[in-house]
Amino acid sequence: MSQPFTQRHIGTDADAQSRMLATLGYDSVGDLVNAAVPETIHVDRFRTAGDSALPPAATEREAIEELRALAGRNTVKRSMIGLGYYDTITPAVIKRNVFENPSWYTAYTPYQPEISQGRLEALINFQTMVADLTGLATANASMLDEATAVVEGMLLTRRASKSASHRFIVDADALPQTHALLASRAAALGIELAVTDLQADTTAAELGDHFGIFVQYPAASGRVWNPAAVIAAAQSQGALAVVAADLLALTLLSSPGELGADVAVGTSQRFGVPMGFGGPHAGYMAVRKGLERQLPGRLVGVSVDAAGHPAYRLSLQVREQHIRRDKATSNICTAQVLLAVMAGMYAVYHGPDGLKKIATEVHESAGRLVAALRAAGVDVVGDTFFDTIRVSVPSRAAEIVARAAGAGVNLHQVDADLVGIAVDETTTSRDLTAVVAAFGGQDAFGQVEFGAPVTGLPGELARTSGYLGHPVFNTHRSETSMMRYLKRLADFDYALDRGMIPLGSCTMKLNAATEMEAVSWPEFGGLHPFAPQVDVEGYLELIRQLETWLTDVTGYDTVSLQPNAGSQGELAGLLAIRGYHHANGDADRTVCLIPSSAHGTNAASAVLAGMRVVVVACDDLGNVDLVDLRAKIAEHADSLAALMITYPSTHGVYEHEVGTICRAVHDAGGQVYVDGANLNALLGFARYGDFGGDVSHLNLHKTFCIPHGGGGPGVGPVAAKAHLAPFLPGHPLAQSDQHYLHSDAGDTVVHGGGPVSAAPYGSPSILPISWAYVRMMGAEGLREATGAAVLAANYVAKRLEEHYPVLYAGDNGLVAHECILDLRPLTEATGVSVDDVAKRLVDYGFHAPTMSFPVSGTLMIEPTESEDLGEIDRFVEAMIAIKAEADAVAAGTWPADDNPLHNAPHTAQSVIEGEWTHAYDRETAVYPVRSLIRGKYWPPVRRIDNAYGDRHLVCACPPPEAFAD
Amino acid sequence: MADKTELQYTAEHEWVLVDGDTALVGITAYAADKLGDVVFVELPAVGSSVAAGTVVGEIESTKSVGELFAPVNGTVVETNDAVVDSPELVNSDPFGAGWLLKVSFTELPTLLSYSEYSALVGE
Repeated sequence: MSQPFTQRHIGTDADAQSRMLATLGYDSVGDLVNAAVPETIHVDRFRTAGDSALPPAATEREAIEELRALAGRNTVKRSMIGLGYYDTITPAVIKRNVFENPSWYTAYTPYQPEISQGRLEALINFQTMVADLTGLATANASMLDEATAVVEGMLLTRRASKSASHRFIVDADALPQTHALLASRAAALGIELAVTDLQADTTAAELGDHFGIFVQYPAASGRVWNPAAVIAAAQSQGALAVVAADLLALTLLSSPGELGADVAVGTSQRFGVPMGFGGPHAGYMAVRKGLERQLPGRLVGVSVDAAGHPAYRLSLQVREQHIRRDKATSNICTAQVLLAVMAGMYAVYHGPDGLKKIATEVHESAGRLVAALRAAGVDVVGDTFFDTIRVSVPSRAAEIVARAAGAGVNLHQVDADLVGIAVDETTTSRDLTAVVAAFGGQDAFGQVEFGAPVTGLPGELARTSGYLGHPVFNTHRSETSMMRYLKRLADFDYALDRGMIPLGSCTMKLNAATEMEAVSWPEFGGLHPFAPQVDVEGYLELIRQLETWLTDVTGYDTVSLQPNAGSQGELAGLLAIRGYHHANGDADRTVCLIPSSAHGTNAASAVLAGMRVVVVACDDLGNVDLVDLRAKIAEHADSLAALMITYPSTHGVYEHEVGTICRAVHDAGGQVYVDGANLNALLGFARYGDFGGDVSHLNLHKTFCIPHGGGGPGVGPVAAKAHLAPFLPGHPLAQSDQHYLHSDAGDTVVHGGGPVSAAPYGSPSILPISWAYVRMMGAEGLREATGAAVLAANYVAKRLEEHYPVLYAGDNGLVAHECILDLRPLTEATGVSVDDVAKRLVDYGFHAPTMSFPVSGTLMIEPTESEDLGEIDRFVEAMIAIKAEADAVAAGTWPADDNPLHNAPHTAQSVIEGEWTHAYDRETAVYPVRSLIRGKYWPPVRRIDNAYGDRHLVCACPPPEAFAD
Repeated sequence: MADKTELQYTAEHEWVLVDGDTALVGITAYAADKLGDVVFVELPAVGSSVAAGTVVGEIESTKSVGELFAPVNGTVVETNDAVVDSPELVNSDPFGAGWLLKVSFTELPTLLSYSEYSALVGE
C-alpha cells in the first residue's frame, strides 16, 4: 500500500502541524481555519457533508492508470489539417532538459532578475529569433497564441494610429479561429471589422477609412502573395499594418518587416512544441522601431548590474497592468515562457541553416504532393503555396476527408467542395501516398507516381536577407553542447527545485512528478485542436470530469476551460456578464466597480470587455469600504454591470463582509465577479458560488498545480452560475459545444459566447496536471491542503510579527494563506529598502517574496501547503537575521551605503576579486548562515540597474564581447 | 536652475516660470523623487493647444507612471528635446535642465506660491 498522495503534496506532517498550532494557540487546523473564515460563508451552511462530486482520492499509481485509459481513448492520426497547428519534432535534448526539467518548469516569472538570468537569456534568444525572422526591430517574450496575438495587434494599431476611424480591415483569407476571436473581441470595444478579399493590387480607395489592417502571410488557404502594396496603401492614410506570419515560412520568404508591416504576430508552435490539442505554445509579436512601448506583455531587455556587467531583466514593466491598471497596453499578464524557451532552443539547436533546410523540405513535400495530385488529374487550387494547399473536389470533400482519415491521415474539410492539406516536418512519403490515394490518385497497383516537386514560392518574395547570425544560433549543433548550454542556463536560476519561493499571490506549491507524467504522452501531445471528435474522446472525457470537479469545489454550475491565462479568464467572465446584460436589454450597464486593492489586471480586463472602471475605496484595515461601496452603487445604480472582488482579498485576508457586499451589488442589478486568484485559501471551506459569486476565473497554475513554467503557461478557466452559461466562451471549431451543468438530471449546457482563445479548449495538454491533482487529493485532501496553507501563513506571520509588523489581518487576528509584512517602518528607521531585503534573501538562499504588491514598501509571503516546517523555519530565521542586519545599519555598525543589504546579492566574483574594502567581511557577505557552505546558490550577477535598461532599450541578444571582462 | 522661491506651483507637483505671456513648466524635485528614476518622457507636439488641468504627457519611471498636466490654457511653443533623449535630467536637475515644455497663454490661472506648495508637500 503506497503512501497517500496528500502526504507527498502537503509538506507539514501531523507532528509539525501540532508544533505550528501550538505557536498560534489553536488545537487543530480545522479550528484555526474556522476561526479565520467567516462563519457566514462556511461551506457547511450550504451543502451537506459527503455530497461532493469528487471521487475518493486515488493513489499516484491509480491516477496514472486512469490517465492511461483516457489516453487510450484518443487516436493520434497523422495531422495534415494545418490552420496554424503543425506536427513537429521536439528535439529529445530539449524535451528532456527543458520540457521535463523542473529547473525550467517550476520557476516563476523573472521578476527577480538576479536569480533568473538563465530563462531571461533563453527568452532573449526567442525575442531575437522572432525579430530576425519577422524583420522587425523588437519582439516581446511571447503571446498566448496566434489568434489572441492578432487581437492584441488590432488593439495596438488602434492605440498607435492617428486615424480617428473605428474600422479595422481583416484579410478574408485568414485563419477561421482568428476571424472568430476578432469578431467577439471587436464587438465589445466598438471596433467595426471590415472583412475584405485582399489582393496584391487592392487600392487605398477600395480599403476605405480604417485605423489598421490585418494580413495573413501565407494566407489561410495556403496562397502566398505580396501584401507590400496593400500595406503601403493602408499606411498612406494613417493606418498601421499587422501581418500574421508563419515563422518557418519566413526562412524562405521576405519578412513582414521588409514588406512594410508595423507589427508581426503568429505562433512558434511548430518550432518543436507539440500541438497538444491546441496548446500551450508561444504566440509572438514583433514591432517596428518606435512602437516598443506599445507592445503588450513581457519584454526582456539588457541592462547592467552593480559591477557594470551586462545582465538581463524585464524591461518597460510600467506598461503592464499592475501599474497602468485601466490604461495598460493589454490585460495580458503572463507569457508562455516555457514554450517560448523551447521554441527559441529549437532555433538555437537547428540554427539558420537547419531551419532553412526544414522549411525547404516541407515546401518540397508540398510541391511533390501538388505534382502527384495534378498528375492524377486532381484540381489543386492556385499556383502559390508554402506548406498548405487547397484541392477542389466538388461535392466530394467529406467523402475524401473520410477516406484519408480511414488511412490514418486527418485533412481539413474547408466546405463541401474544398479540402485543405498542410505538410509539416514530420510528413513522410507514406503520408503523401495516403493523401494522393484518398483522392483516387494511385495506379492499379496502389502506387503513386511522385514526379519532380512543383515550386509554390513566388520569386519576387524569395528571402534575401539573413537571420539568426548571432553566435548562440550557430554554436550548439552537437547534443553534448546543447545539453550543457541548457544546464548552464538552468543553473543560473532559482526554481522550486532549489528551495522555497514564498511569492505572495502566486501560490508556488508542488508540481508533482506524477501530475506532470501525462503531459508528454503522444496521446495528449500529438492531437490537433480541430481533430475529429472520434479521435479525441479521451480528452473530452477528461475535460468533462475536470469541469465537473471544478464546478463542485467552487459552487458554480458550469465551467469553461478555454481561457489560457488568468487574464483571459477574467475577460471571458466579464464578457459573459456583458452578454447577459445585453440579452436582458441592459446594454447601458457598463460600470465595473473594482476595489482599490485589486490586482491591476482586473481593471485592464474590464476595459477590454467594454466596461468603465469605477474604483471603490478600501478602509484602514484593507477591506472594501462599505460606505463608499454603497455610495458608488447608488451613484451608478442604472449603469452598474458588475463588481470584481478578490476573495480572500489581495491583502491576504478573509473579508468578513463579503456576503453583504455581494448582496448590495445584486440588489442594484449588478453581477458579482469573484477573482479566484486566492482560491488556495478557500478550497473545502467555502465556495464562491455559495456566498454570492456569479462568475469567477480560477488559476489552474496556482491552486491546481500547473507549474508556472518561468512565466507561463497558465490556464484560467471561467466558472459561472447557469444564467451566464449561454455567454461563456464557445468556439466555431469545437468538437462539442456541450458542457457539464450542475443539476440533478446530469444535464449539459451550451456555451454560446465568442471564443477567447485560438483553440476550443485553450491549453488542453496541461489539463491532465490539474486533473491528476484533484484525482489524487480528493475532497478531503483539498481541504487538508487549504488548512496546511493557512496554517503555514499564520505561523510565518506569528513568528515574524515581533520583527516586522503584519499589515492586515481578519477575524481573530488571522491572515488567510499569505501575509503582508510592512517594511516601511524599517525603511524609515534604517534606510533599508524592500529591495535590499529581497536581494539579501538571495544571499541566504531564498527567492524573495512578492515586493510592493499590493502595498508599496511591503513584502507579501505565501508559503503554500507544500513547504515543510524545516524550510519554513529556515526562511523565518533568514528574515530575522536580516532584520538584525538592518538594525546594525541603523545602529551605525555598518554605513548606510556599504553594508550586506545594500550590496546584496553577492556573486562569487564580488567576494574573490580584488581587494576587500567593505565594512563587513566576506563570510557575512556570502555565508551569513553556516548551512550555506555546502549548499550555496550563487547568483550569476549583482543587483541590476533597472533605470539603465529602460533608458537604453536593447531587447535582442547582445554580442558575446559584451560579456568579456 | 531657477530660484525655487520665485516659481509658482500646481497641486500636481509642477512648477511654472512665467515670462511675459509664456510659462515654462517642469515637475518639482519632490515629484521627481517620488517617481524615482525617470526613464521616459512623452511631451505634447509643439503647436498643439492645451487646456489647464488636462493630461498632455507622461513621465515614466522604473516603478511608476506620472501624468503631465497642463498648468494653463494655451499653445505649446517649445518642448525640451534634451529631456526626451536623457530622461534622467528630470531627476538630476528638475528645476533647470529637466524643464519639460513652454506654453504661451493669454490668462494665467491662480497658482500656488512657494510657501503654499511647501506646505502642501509638508516641507
